[in-house]
Amino acid sequence: MSSLAIEASGLEKSFGDTKAVNGVDLAVRRGSVYGVLGPNGAGKTTTIRMLATLLRPDGGSARVLGHDIVEDADRVRGAVSLTGQMASVDEDLTGRENLILLALLLGFSRAQARSRADELLEAFGLTEAATRQVKNYSGGMRRRLDIAASLVVTPELLFLDEPTTGLDPRSRNQVWDIVRALRESGTTVLLCTQYLDEADQLADGIAVIDRGKVIAEGTPGQLKASVGSGSLHVRLLDPEQRPEAQRLLAAALGDDAVHPDPDPAALTAACPDADRGAEVVAELIRAGVRIADFALGQPTLDEVFMALTGRPAEETGEIELQEQAA
Amino acid sequence: MTTTQNSHPQRQPSLEEAMHKALRSAPRPRRATPLQAALAFGWRGMLKIKHVPEQLLDVTITPVMFVLMFTYLFGGAIAGSTKEYLQYILPGMLVMSVLFTTVYSGVSINTDLTKGVVDRFRSLPVWQPAPLVGALLGDTVRYLIAGTVIMTVGYILGYRAEAGLGGVLAALALVVVFSFGLSWVFTTMGLLMRSPNAVMNAGFMGIFPLTFLSNVFVDPDTLPSALEAFVNVNPISILANASRGFMAGDVASSDVLIALGTAAVLTAVFAPLTTRMYRRA
Ligand SMILES: Nc1ncnc2c1ncn2[C@@H]1O[C@H](COP(=O)(O)OP(=O)(O)OP(=O)(O)O)[C@@H](O)[C@H]1O
Ligand SMILES: [Mg+2]
Repeated sequence: MSSLAIEASGLEKSFGDTKAVNGVDLAVRRGSVYGVLGPNGAGKTTTIRMLATLLRPDGGSARVLGHDIVEDADRVRGAVSLTGQMASVDEDLTGRENLILLALLLGFSRAQARSRADELLEAFGLTEAATRQVKNYSGGMRRRLDIAASLVVTPELLFLDEPTTGLDPRSRNQVWDIVRALRESGTTVLLCTQYLDEADQLADGIAVIDRGKVIAEGTPGQLKASVGSGSLHVRLLDPEQRPEAQRLLAAALGDDAVHPDPDPAALTAACPDADRGAEVVAELIRAGVRIADFALGQPTLDEVFMALTGRPAEETGEIELQEQAA
Repeated sequence: MTTTQNSHPQRQPSLEEAMHKALRSAPRPRRATPLQAALAFGWRGMLKIKHVPEQLLDVTITPVMFVLMFTYLFGGAIAGSTKEYLQYILPGMLVMSVLFTTVYSGVSINTDLTKGVVDRFRSLPVWQPAPLVGALLGDTVRYLIAGTVIMTVGYILGYRAEAGLGGVLAALALVVVFSFGLSWVFTTMGLLMRSPNAVMNAGFMGIFPLTFLSNVFVDPDTLPSALEAFVNVNPISILANASRGFMAGDVASSDVLIALGTAAVLTAVFAPLTTRMYRRA
């Protein structure tokens, strides 16, 4: 048995004139959480739909858990689950009915299906909402039900397409906990996301995808290192002190690292890590610069894109338009 | 940084345990047979009727209103007396009310498609046409409800079938079988069009004129000859004739055969088309 859960090479898919996926290669280890990171329209969903056998690739090939996604589509479906970007539960049914339906479709008896549904509802904190129609669920509840629906039998591989987009921080944390629990249980997870911090929190490996191509690949650490750093954001009590603060930051972190903010009292500087950031802030204070607040952040997807492609992350369509206009 | 730990200070250990337990205890059962899968989708159809009964209201109220309106407004003028007209119109109204419900097969498949549920179903290891076949089961229940409502209203207004209950049931059975055939046309449309509303509008735009240009409301002998020729070959007329025949006890077997044949042709053409398009959706 191959140690890879997903091996894709040269996957391609076009819709009319749009090359949605343009030669994607992936290698995902069994038992890992793998992040696919990319902006709107990068081709994440199209890639996932091909791997989950919902779309036939125009070119290239892929094996999922050792099965060819075209020749052995049925075997693939027997081992994977998909939680799509759009909620893929029936809104007219209750949460419990949704889970029972899926359990029946997977071959459980009626009694087994009911008890499995109740077990999942409890595990996902949905017992109280079990008999309500899904159309009355909050976004977070809907997401959890959607993921639960993918776990009626624990799959060997789970596709998760942007599971936290549009969720509040609390719901997002709940989803993250679910992904961690899945990883512990040995399930491989392919996670599409637009958030670097999500991939960083959860993934063992990340592929950055842009305009249908993988443009960078590695561990979260490697990726962040290639981007350079996170950023240190400082806001001063007195805007008059900004030139001085800028000089001090440049001395400590390098001339290129510092750029003034639109906010006349603020500065942002590229900063390798949290320790260095704290030291630099302490230096500013010792030098008499009065600080209103400061924050250390990870690089955003935008910064990753800036570093990897030299342009900000934007929707593919728009970029094409700009190029045509130019 | 400590923020990640602080964000759920009282994470209930019970919930986490429940999660781990739920993830462990899910052995994969033997695959569902095609029949099991279709039955599960049939059950879904029933649940939809239970949770969204409005879908039935639309399609039963309209025919009931037509019965009342035509019988009491035009009945005297068309057939001499309202009582006689009711005897003529009711078997045709049965046809109309059940055929109207078939449009919903297309509406519901389109709703699934736009909501993303289809992705989930298609990613399951089940017999791929199961959702479509299972939907037929739910449809049958809708057809039977629509048929029962119209026959009950007719009975209350004074309609009596010469052939008794047996004749009514035979007519209903034929209409249901015909509707299976017709519903494939609407599922195909449901997979082609952009929104459930578009399917609904286009569906009724097709079925409304076809129903009016049939013998459901008037005896075609009274029509101009070109129109009469069309009305006489309209499958809805033939189905209505058969339905009247069953209820009156003098059914022409040619009408029944043509109705069944039409259903078979519609199924042969549109069922494979629907299945293919569904798989690619
Ligand atoms: N069914 C379709 N028909 C036509 N074009 C499509 C279809 N699906 C995707 N596309 C196009 O293919 C490109 C890639 O889309 P895809 O949905 O895979 O991106 P994504 O990375 O998932 O984006 P998002 O973050 O917005 O979900 C986009 O330009 C999109 O408009
Ligand atoms: Mg997407």
